[in-house]
Amino acid sequence: MIFLITVLLILLLMVGAAIYAIVQKDLLFAVIASGVISLILSILFLILQAPDVALTEAAIGVALTTIIFIITIRNTVRYEDERNKKKKQKNVKKLAK
Amino acid sequence: MKKYIVLGLLAVLGYYLMSIFLLVDFGLPHFAHGVKDVYLSSSKNILKVSNAVTAIVVNFRGFDTLGEVTVLFLSATAMSGILYKKRHDIGERSILFPASSIIRSGAKMLFPSITLLGIYVFIHGHLSPGGGFQGGTIIATGFLLMLLTYQNYSVSHNRLVWVESVAGMLFVIIGLAGYFMKGSFLENVLPVGELNDLFSGGVIGIIYVLVGFKVAAELIGIIYTILHEKG
Repeated sequence: MIFLITVLLILLLMVGAAIYAIVQKDLLFAVIASGVISLILSILFLILQAPDVALTEAAIGVALTTIIFIITIRNTVRYEDERNKKKKQKNVKKLAK
Repeated sequence: MKKYIVLGLLAVLGYYLMSIFLLVDFGLPHFAHGVKDVYLSSSKNILKVSNAVTAIVVNFRGFDTLGEVTVLFLSATAMSGILYKKRHDIGERSILFPASSIIRSGAKMLFPSITLLGIYVFIHGHLSPGGGFQGGTIIATGFLLMLLTYQNYSVSHNRLVWVESVAGMLFVIIGLAGYFMKGSFLENVLPVGELNDLFSGGVIGIIYVLVGFKVAAELIGIIYTILHEKG
């Protein structure tokens, strides 16, 4: 029973982090939230007695994927609507001319 | 209207997935009655490997591991094909602000221990959880830390290519040795030793060390290419 409750709590945390990652407009926070999903998932794998998969998930999901996404964000835009706004401003300037 | 159709379809999909998952008891060993026992007993008695997952991944299903490594190699190749730059185009890594001295000395102290942990994980792949993929990724994470911290820290691309191709070739050569000496690809050709020894399991330890080097080289190459991409 305690096992089931722990697993359900961990799953609820995962769902919460996933919803946060979708709703958040700041992409940096969204990437951190998806890293948190991977961290919780690796704990879940450890509870379910799959330490090999837990190691893989911790190394790839938490460290590598998160940092690659952060580098991508640094090279592009940080907020979700930023690129669209820039395009709109350009169009408005063109129309004004 | 479209939203409601999508929601309805998702509800139907969820209902059927839920009914499948409710049929299976959660977390109980009810799967695969026959196969599981054969794998567990033969990895313990014939191969003398204490980590059954490694025995399945590297020996019983070794050809799948070769395919997995090939997939990783192809994706790394495609990535550097897209982001390739000639040597004179590579400028400074774009860093928003220089790392502070705390991060510099911390990274310098952490880097050897991270590398050592990775090497430990892939050498002891047949004794404890972990293996080539995990160890290689941990080593790549250590190199990523150094690349992010020190602006002029660089990795020789030629050396990475050499490590990767030699490791891949040795993997295939060991597989072919099994084919010519025992009759099937990746068959164990070395003495298996004792259970729970470091030198046990025949070719499994050697193959996992090779996989570790290969994965580490590929991932470091990917990270290096991405870091030099200008925004």
